[in-house]
This record gives sequence, C-alpha cells and structure tokens, in this order.
Amino acid sequence: MLKSHLDVQLLNLLAAGMLLISFAMLSTRRTQQLITLFAWQGAILFLSTSLVAHEAGLTELYFSAALTLILKVITLPLILHTLIKRLGAQWDNERLVNIPITMLVGLVLVIFAFGLAQPISLLATTITRHTIGIALAVILLSFLMMITRRKAVTQVIGFLAMENGLFLAATSATYGMPMVIELGIALDLLVAVFILGIFFFQIREQFDSLDLHHLESLKEE
Amino acid sequence: MNAHLWANFLNSVLSHPLGSTLLIVACWPGIAIACLLRPHSIRYVARFLFPVGALACVGMFLLAGTFLISGHSTEVMTLPLGLPDLPFHLRLDALSAFFLLILGLSGAGISTFAAGYFRSGEGTAPGLLGLHYHVFLASMAVVMLADDAYLFMVAWETMALTSYFLVTSQHRILEIRRAGFLYLLMAHLGAISILLSFGVMQGGSWQFTFDAMRNASLAPFWATVAFTLALLGFGAKAGLVPMHVWLPEAHPAAPSPVSAMMSGLMLKTAIYGLLRVTFDLLHVKFWQWGVAVLALGLFSALFGAIFAGVQTDMKRLLAYSSIENVGLIFTGIGLSILFAASNMRLFAALALSAALLHALNHSLFKSLLFLATGSVLHATRQRSLGKLGGLIRPMPWVAALALIGTLAIAGLPPLNGFVSEWLLLQSFLYTPQLPHAFINMLIPLGAAALALTVALAAYVMVKFYGVIFLGQPREASLAQAHDANWLERIGLAWLAAGCIAIGVQPQLALHAAGRSTGMLLGQIIAPDPSVWRIAPIAPEQASYSGWIFLAVILCVVAVTFLAVRLLAHGRVRRTAAWDCGYPWQTTRMQDTAEGFGQPIRHMFGAFFRMERDLPSPTDLTPRYRVHIEDHFWHAVYKPIAAGVQRLADAVSYLQGGRLAIYLLFSFLTLLGLLVFVL
Repeated sequence: MLKSHLDVQLLNLLAAGMLLISFAMLSTRRTQQLITLFAWQGAILFLSTSLVAHEAGLTELYFSAALTLILKVITLPLILHTLIKRLGAQWDNERLVNIPITMLVGLVLVIFAFGLAQPISLLATTITRHTIGIALAVILLSFLMMITRRKAVTQVIGFLAMENGLFLAATSATYGMPMVIELGIALDLLVAVFILGIFFFQIREQFDSLDLHHLESLKEE
Repeated sequence: MNAHLWANFLNSVLSHPLGSTLLIVACWPGIAIACLLRPHSIRYVARFLFPVGALACVGMFLLAGTFLISGHSTEVMTLPLGLPDLPFHLRLDALSAFFLLILGLSGAGISTFAAGYFRSGEGTAPGLLGLHYHVFLASMAVVMLADDAYLFMVAWETMALTSYFLVTSQHRILEIRRAGFLYLLMAHLGAISILLSFGVMQGGSWQFTFDAMRNASLAPFWATVAFTLALLGFGAKAGLVPMHVWLPEAHPAAPSPVSAMMSGLMLKTAIYGLLRVTFDLLHVKFWQWGVAVLALGLFSALFGAIFAGVQTDMKRLLAYSSIENVGLIFTGIGLSILFAASNMRLFAALALSAALLHALNHSLFKSLLFLATGSVLHATRQRSLGKLGGLIRPMPWVAALALIGTLAIAGLPPLNGFVSEWLLLQSFLYTPQLPHAFINMLIPLGAAALALTVALAAYVMVKFYGVIFLGQPREASLAQAHDANWLERIGLAWLAAGCIAIGVQPQLALHAAGRSTGMLLGQIIAPDPSVWRIAPIAPEQASYSGWIFLAVILCVVAVTFLAVRLLAHGRVRRTAAWDCGYPWQTTRMQDTAEGFGQPIRHMFGAFFRMERDLPSPTDLTPRYRVHIEDHFWHAVYKPIAAGVQRLADAVSYLQGGRLAIYLLFSFLTLLGLLVFVL
C-alpha cells in the first residue's frame, strides 16, 4: 500500500515534469533546445509508462514504454537534429509573439483542462487517473505552441509533443491503447516526420526560408 | 420459306415491343463506342456511323408507331441492372410510345443531316461528338422508358451531361464555355427539383418505382408540393419563363444538329416528364395546378414570340421561338389539367391532344429550321441576319425545304403547325363551360394572348425567311455560298415530308395521341367522321380538312401559273427597274432584321431592357447599335448570383492563408467541442 502510494506520488511528479517541459517548450526560442526538451519529455513519458506497467503488472505496457524510448527519445530527436543541421537551421532564433501573454493563455488552458478532466477521472479506475488533467493540458499547450510558432520545424515538434500528451492521456485513463493501435501510431509518426522533412526541403527551395508566412502567398485571390 | 421466316421474325418483334425497343436503344451506345475506334476519321464516324444511328431512329419510329396504332397493351420489365436491391424498371405504354415516336421521327432526320454536316477540324474530334451524340439519344429514350425514379434520374442526368459536352464542343470560345456553364447550372437545379419531387411522391413508402408512386395516397398539401417541384424542374429543362435564361445561350452555341436535337427532342423529354408526373403519378388533383401551368405557358409563349421578333442572330431567333412553342404546349397541358380536374374529360382530351400534337409538330419543324441554319452557317460562315440575304439563288434546296418549315411554324394550313394550333384554339373555345366564374372571365384574355402569339410567330418567321433567303445578298461573299450536300438534303426533306404529311392527313397522329389521352384521362376525342377531315368534338361545330386546303392551294397556284403563262408569256421586257428617284441603290438599302423587328420593339418596349446608340445627324460615318436584354436576367438572376458571390466572399475570408489562423480554427473548434461535452 505504501509502495503503491509512493508510486502514485512518483507518477504525479513525473506528470508535473511533463507539464513543466510543455511550458518550457512554449517559451523557448532556440530550435535545438526545443528538440532537446522534446527528447526529455519523451524520457519522462518512458519512465512514467514503465512505472505504470510495473505497478499494474501489465507486460504489454513495457512494450509501449520501450517503443517510446526508441522512437521518441532516440530516433525522432536524432532525425530532427540531422534535419536542422542539413537545413542549416540549428542556430535559428525565432521571434515569438509575446511570451508573458502566451504563458497566461497557457495557464488558462491548464485550468480548463483540469476542469475538463474532473468528470473523466471520476469514471476512470486506474491508479493514474489524477494525471488525466495534466495529459489534456499537455495536448492543449502543444496545440498552442503550434499556433504561436512560425517556423516549419517547430510546428512539427509541437505536433509530436501533442502526440506525447495523447499517449500520456491513454496510459493514465485506460492503461494504454491496444498494441496494434499504438504500433500504428508510432509508424505514422515516423512516416510523418520523414514526409515533413521532405516538405521542409521543398519549402526552403521555393522560398529560401522555412518561415511559414511565405505560404500566405499561396492563397487564391 | 424465306418470306415465312421474315414474317415470323416481324411477328415476334411486334409481340414484344418493349424488348425490341430496348434492342434499338442498345444500338446507340454500341454506335457510340464504335465511334471511338477511329475518332479522327470523319468518313468513318460521320458518313458511316451516323446513318446507322439514323436507321435505328427509323426503327424506333416504326416500332412506336405500330405499338400505338395496334393499341398494344402496356408492357413492363425489370432489368437485372442497377444497384443491389434496386433494379431498373422499364415500362412501355402509350405515353412513352408517343414520345419515342417523336424521338425516332425527328432523330432520323437529324442524324441523317448530321452525317453530312460534321466536318473535321471543327472543335471536338468527330469520334467524341459521335459518342456524346449517340449516348444523348439513348439517354432520352431511356428517360421515356424508365419506370422508377432511380433509372429516370440516371438517364436524365446522362442526358444533361452529354448535351453539355455537345454544347461546348467548340470550347475554345469563351461565350460557348459560358453558355455551357449556364446550361449545366440550370440543368442541375432542375434535376434537384425533380429529385425532390420524386422524394415527396414516394409518400413515406420509400419505394421509388413509379408503381408505388401511382398508388401512394398523398395529402393535398404534399401533392401540390410535389407538383410544384416537378413543374419547376421540368420547366427549367423545357425553357419555361422565368427558367428560360439558358436556352437562348445554349441552343445557338451548339453545332446545328445538336441545337436541333436539344430544341426538337430534349425539350420534349421535359414535356413528357411533366405529363407523366401530373397525369399518371399524381392523377391531376386540383384545377389550380392547371391555372398555374396555363399562366406560365401563355406568358412564355408571348415572351418567346416577342423576343424572337427582335433578334438579329438566326439561331437565337429560333431559340426564342422554341420558348414560344414550349409555352404553347404548356398552355395546352394547363387547359387539359383545368378541364380534367373539373371532370370535363372530353375537353381535357382535346387540349391534351393539341399539346401532344404540337410537341410532335414542333420537333419536326424546329429541327428542320435549326438544320437549315446549319447549312446556311456552313455555306456562309455567318449567323448574323444583317450579313445574309438572297440565299434562295445559291441554295435552292435549303431555301425550298426551309420554306416548308417556315410556313409550318407560322401556323399556315395545310401544314402541321396549323393543325395543333387550331386544336389548341378550339379547346380554348370550350372554356366557358368551366364551373369557375373567375377563370371563365380571365380565360378569354388567354385565348386572345394565344392568338396574338400565333400571329407574332408568323411575323417572326416572315422576318426569318425573308431576311435570310429573299432580297439581295448583303455581302459580296454570299454569292459563293454552296447548297447542302445530299445527306443534308435527305435529312431536311425527311423532316419537311413529316410537316406536310401531318398537316394534310393528321388523323394518324391524332390517333396516336389519342392512345395517350385514353391512357391518362380515360377519354379520346371524337372519332373521325371520315378519312378526309378531322372534327375533334362534333362535325357540325368545327372540322378541318388538310386535303381541301391543299387542293385549293394547288388549284390557285396552277390557275395563276397558267394565266400568267397564257396572258403574259412572250411579252416580258427586261429593262432597268424604276429607281424611285435614286440614281443608285445598294444591297444595304433593303429592310433589315432590325428594321423588321422595330415595330415589335416599339410596341412591346416594356418587355425589354434596351440600350441604343443613335447616330447624330451630322455624323459622316453613322453607326446604329441596339442591345436588347432580358428583364429576368437583371431582376432575378443577377441578384441571386450577387448574393451567392457575397456569401462565397464571406466564407473565403476564412481562408486568410496564415497557418496559425487555420490552427487556431481547429483549436477553437476542439475547445468548443470539449466545453460542449463538459
């Protein structure tokens, strides 16, 4: 019982760490730092999933955790790092909209997410049900990050971080999704990153920049 | 032995009319596919395959004719085609046979003409034209054979699409693309309306066969809704005012045989559809329906005749004349509904016979005239009446055959136009017996409008024929105009022969129409007192004999000819004409199309939106320009188009081009949905 209590505390701690990293991502200007933060988020996700797997005694969740480790902590950050190196964008700085205001909006979103999670967590029977609110908050914050960014690479990182939040929500609400779905999503992510990488090159070819406001000229008059 | 086999074959064909009809209908898609084998060979597609299609048309005409004359009973069939659990139903009855007869009769003439008309190097490849043309023919036949809403709509839309491709065959010209788009738009609006009408008529049974719709018991309100939707939908196809805007644009844009098909045949499918829905599926419930159809029809007729009077493009003139004739047909249908709902079956049968006969006649003479304009167009490359004239000398064949069509459409005896218009006026004469006081007071006005329309139509046709064929050539190049080739002549002569035959001996056509009125109303008009004349109600009241007219006309012509020959022969003196005091005259001093239409423009000024540039008296190079437009375009269509444009602009404001904004939209939607579930 005590051990379980400790585990729940640990899980909450890890989830809080994820939320913190989400805020950090919201306010980071450097693309390289963003990738590092994303890797850290994946690492925390790996830890918390392993913990849940250990606590609930579900072997398949170990597989999920391993998948997270391989894909989100090692492979994707590596791909992204090589990508921005090839694009020559590793020292890119991004002008952001107004960080304090973005933070305030983020806070409102977190409160909203917790309010939203209240009825769901009452229904859930898992030990991790308190983290549902945090998972929702991570999703919304990642979405907010996508909205505020203007570079193509950072948008993709926001998209990946959103998936992290979804994964956390899944493990915390129902001990993860069925293995088939999880594998499918993992594969989708990998393919998406590859395709988006190709798009980056195309966009740069066309506009000599990865700034997305150039795409506005594509609108039909 | 051989003759025996032949008789056996004929017997089996006639005892299974629906199966034989289907075989003929299947010929056309076969020809359409064969067109693709050598799509660029004009000899193969036009000179070989089009005559084969024309033969199939003749077969269709003969088959439908024997079906009607022999009084064969209705045949139904279920095809193992279509969607699972939704097979195609077919039905051949008197009404569909009558319209198939029209299709075969006029289609044969048009196809023969088209065989000689199409040249290579004009717009779309001949193979593609042949493909669309024959699928168009087949889809019209299927529309008339369909016995469920599903097959009907499939054929209806096929008809709209193939005719769209035929209209835009010279798609490199901007106006033609525009005309095609307008046509497609109106065709789709009409189709939606018809679809909704079928949806109402199934009456909650969710059965879309026409049999289920016949037996559905609709509340009066829903029956009226279904009728109104059908009137709108079929009216849009038929070119009823105010849904007529596409017609004067699309008909002139198409190649002439296609204009003839659209005007002569496709408009009739709309008439067929309205008759099928109103009389067969809805069983004519209220006399008010008849008043609506009558008013719309009369207005269309008058509107079409007046606008035809001021046109200067020969094909546009004929297109407006189509609106007028469709108006006359709708007038007959309206009167028939009015009579039938008041339980006056005999007069209803008379009005319906007039409408059916006019549909047949219009398909003959309008096809003939459109084809004649095609020959003129090929010979002179001119469509504007202001640049034609005097073509009777270089093109005697076309001029003579077009004269028959012109006299027929002008409603002169002993040609077919007279018979149907006379029957229509006859049915107006019985309206005082209607049990509705108000209608009785208003209908004489309708009869007057009808008479005015018919007179105006004659005036328009004098203008059409006179300006094109009579007088002096207005351009020097017209002297080199060549006459139609022999395939074109056969096509024109076939249609002209139909005009004369029905005009002189209308009994057979009336008999065929009588089968339809017998089926729809349970009543046919009074049997013919003799072979030589027709008397629709009673011989002592009114009767008509084409033979007497023909005999009188032939006598007068012969007597005049002989008298002139006897009295004046040999005393002809050739000398310069009296020059009215002008030392020189040019061909530009003849009466023009504008000049001929001027009285109409003056009298009916309220109907037009007119822009006129009058030259000043001191101008050395005076130019006169008049541009006539339709009030409906500006009062109805432009505001609707502007509203749609505004709405689209408002929506396109969402498309800012910024990715962040798009993401924000999704984000807000997500938040909104989350709040909603909360």
